[in-house]
Amino acid sequence: MIIEIGHFALVLALAVAVAQMVAPMLGAHRRDATLMNIAGPAALLQFALVLLAFAALTWAFLVSDFSLKLAYDNSHSAKPLIYKISGVWGNHEGSMVLWVLILALFGAMVALFGDNLPATLRARVLSVQASIAVAFLLFVVFTSNPFERLDPAPFEGTGLNPLLQDRALAFHPPWLYAGYVGYSMTFSFAVAALLEGRVDASWARWVRPWALAAWLSLTIGIAMGSWWAYYTLGWGGFWFWDPVENASLMPWIVGTALLHSAIVAEKRGALKSWTLLLAIVAFSLSLLGTFLVRSGVLTSVHAFAVDPERGIFILGILIFFVGGSLALYAWRAPLLKTDGIFAPVSREGALLVNNLLLAAATAAVFFGTLYPLLLDALDGPKITVGPTFFNLTFAPIFIVLLVLVPFGPLLGWKRADIQAAAERLMAAAGIAFVAMLVAYGFMWDGPWLAPLGMALAVWLVAGAASEIAYRIKLFSAPLAESLGRVRRLPRAAWGMALAHGGLGIAVAGIVGVTAWRAETIVALAPGESAELAGYTLTLEAVGMRDGPNFEATTGIVRIDRGERFVARLMPEKRRFPAERQEKTEAGIHTNLLSDIYVVLGDVAGEGKWVVRAYRNALAPWIWIGGMIMALGGAISLTDRRLRVGAPVNAKIHAGARPAAAE
Amino acid sequence: MTRKQRRAAFIAIGLAILALAVGLVLYAMRDNIVFFHSPSDVVEREVAPGQRIRLGGLVEAGSVETLADGAARFAVTDMVETIRVSYRGILPDLFREGQGVVAEGVMLEDGSFAADTVLAKHDETYMPPEVVDALKRTGNWQGEGAEASHAETYGQGAYP
Repeated sequence: MIIEIGHFALVLALAVAVAQMVAPMLGAHRRDATLMNIAGPAALLQFALVLLAFAALTWAFLVSDFSLKLAYDNSHSAKPLIYKISGVWGNHEGSMVLWVLILALFGAMVALFGDNLPATLRARVLSVQASIAVAFLLFVVFTSNPFERLDPAPFEGTGLNPLLQDRALAFHPPWLYAGYVGYSMTFSFAVAALLEGRVDASWARWVRPWALAAWLSLTIGIAMGSWWAYYTLGWGGFWFWDPVENASLMPWIVGTALLHSAIVAEKRGALKSWTLLLAIVAFSLSLLGTFLVRSGVLTSVHAFAVDPERGIFILGILIFFVGGSLALYAWRAPLLKTDGIFAPVSREGALLVNNLLLAAATAAVFFGTLYPLLLDALDGPKITVGPTFFNLTFAPIFIVLLVLVPFGPLLGWKRADIQAAAERLMAAAGIAFVAMLVAYGFMWDGPWLAPLGMALAVWLVAGAASEIAYRIKLFSAPLAESLGRVRRLPRAAWGMALAHGGLGIAVAGIVGVTAWRAETIVALAPGESAELAGYTLTLEAVGMRDGPNFEATTGIVRIDRGERFVARLMPEKRRFPAERQEKTEAGIHTNLLSDIYVVLGDVAGEGKWVVRAYRNALAPWIWIGGMIMALGGAISLTDRRLRVGAPVNAKIHAGARPAAAE
Repeated sequence: MTRKQRRAAFIAIGLAILALAVGLVLYAMRDNIVFFHSPSDVVEREVAPGQRIRLGGLVEAGSVETLADGAARFAVTDMVETIRVSYRGILPDLFREGQGVVAEGVMLEDGSFAADTVLAKHDETYMPPEVVDALKRTGNWQGEGAEASHAETYGQGAYP
């Protein structure tokens, strides 16, 4: 019964979404308040209905109701509770319901907190948002029905892909989707603005929190996914330039560009149509990611089901929204007036260069990801574009960008003095230079580029710190005044410094893992040892153990550094009888500076096991940096100027804001 | 600076970045594209030693051995030609004899293949699409059923 209620709620949500799409748009056109006012309650109702459908699905997984085909295919009564829940979205149908749920959630948030938006803009935003919901609800209801029943109900489910039974991966999809779908909000704002024919500073201010929320969710989602890949896939890599990863990276880069250009649009009224274009492109790339991952064009753990009908449906959605919005853009954008004029050397100029570099980096990733697919679709040769391609294209563009990052915040609006900015960065440059020498001193036998990479990382962190130091007049004013300035510094400034500094820390991690990895692969009998970068690895024993829904072959590996005991690791090979699959579980010891990473392999004859081990220098910093970036985003989000308040308040803030605080 | 000069400056910056991106892509395209070959392709086209390729086919039954130093040896076949593969590393979970595999690496002078990445599937019925195509071309495709599968994953060198 509950399943049927869920199904019914989903269909009802579709009907509500259709009403929410049509009535407010018509109302906004005719300036009819009654029609426009339908938008808010409809958005809330739509969210409630999708939530009910999602809850019904979750319930079936929780109580192991295998009369639900989806639960039968993706769950098992012996599965731990957390994976029963994550099993709901660990499959195609369920994950699309989650997609729609988050979409509806964002719509509901505009309905709840969007009181300060002009009535027509609010109605149009919610209408555009509803049109996306209609497309995806149609997709779910007609091609991916999650509520299909089995009769007679089987006694036991077939289980969830063991690779998905993992703590980080369990919550990777919700974050990633919150990011992808978050860009639907900026997209809706962009399309609504094009329909209104007006983009002003307040529009940019309303868009920024959504862009920020989407960006920070996507950052967390990507970081979680890469962390999972690091410890699960057994070879210590964190990014593989796999098309599925690229599909999430592209909206992230464009979203980062959007975040920066929206500042210019808000503060200076320039780059308006460019900001609109980025908002459209960010969501288009999110849709493209959904299409690539869900259509079966790519083979990966994400391609749950290969069904051409679904692929064509999503392709249709993609073409409609991307084509439609770009056409609208081409038609309406020239009508937008840009009023901000600025010199090439200025904050605006720096942000524009940032945007151009980010766009170029996206283009490189886009080309490398889609060219092989295109070639294959045209019956050309089957090719792969490996990491080397991206290292040679994406990396140089990004390095140029990273070198310039610390300059941006130190340049003034309109016209800036590059020499003054450079002087303020002298200390940061000095620290970076010393860091390079230190890195070279410690790792003189590593790749020669690596110390430069470390210098770049330190440059970013020190540059972010310099900016804060400059703003609080550290050392140039009495300490008391500086402390006072610390308190008055807007949260957005801290957020930016954290995001830029976190980026530096992540860069350091990436450089460390890439350049200074030590690796060994040996066959060991219990009692035998191997050396790895100054550590002694001893395979003490190999035994069997039973987990909740798997049985494991566990190796006990003792790590010593000289005479000092460091850790005892337990790498495993797990067999999942229900799913008839195996999964490798690496043993990882971290001291936050580097990881010792041990994988247990196959039997290598005569009671020996293959053991593969890595020393991954600075590996944890990749994710620590990512989390600091996300934290920066979160702090910015709480800045008072982004906090959604009454329209009167917003105007007072806009008018009374002291120039120095910007 | 006049308005015109400013605009010119921005266009110049934009073009410079565009040129940088296009130049890098073209440069990277020159020799970082990896082609997929079946064992028959390797023999027919005489892939040069040292050229990086992806080799796909079935793991020949009875060919897998793990050496005492931890290296693995196996053979990849498309039922017409067979190529010996050596690989230092841990084979992916559920790498199995008689099933589909994709190995990435270089051909050696002696006609064997040195792999640094091995991609294998994690599901009874799944076969990488490249392998399916290769088998179809050599007339050794066993049936359509094997294509319709789900929840496959690659192991080492995985597709997360």
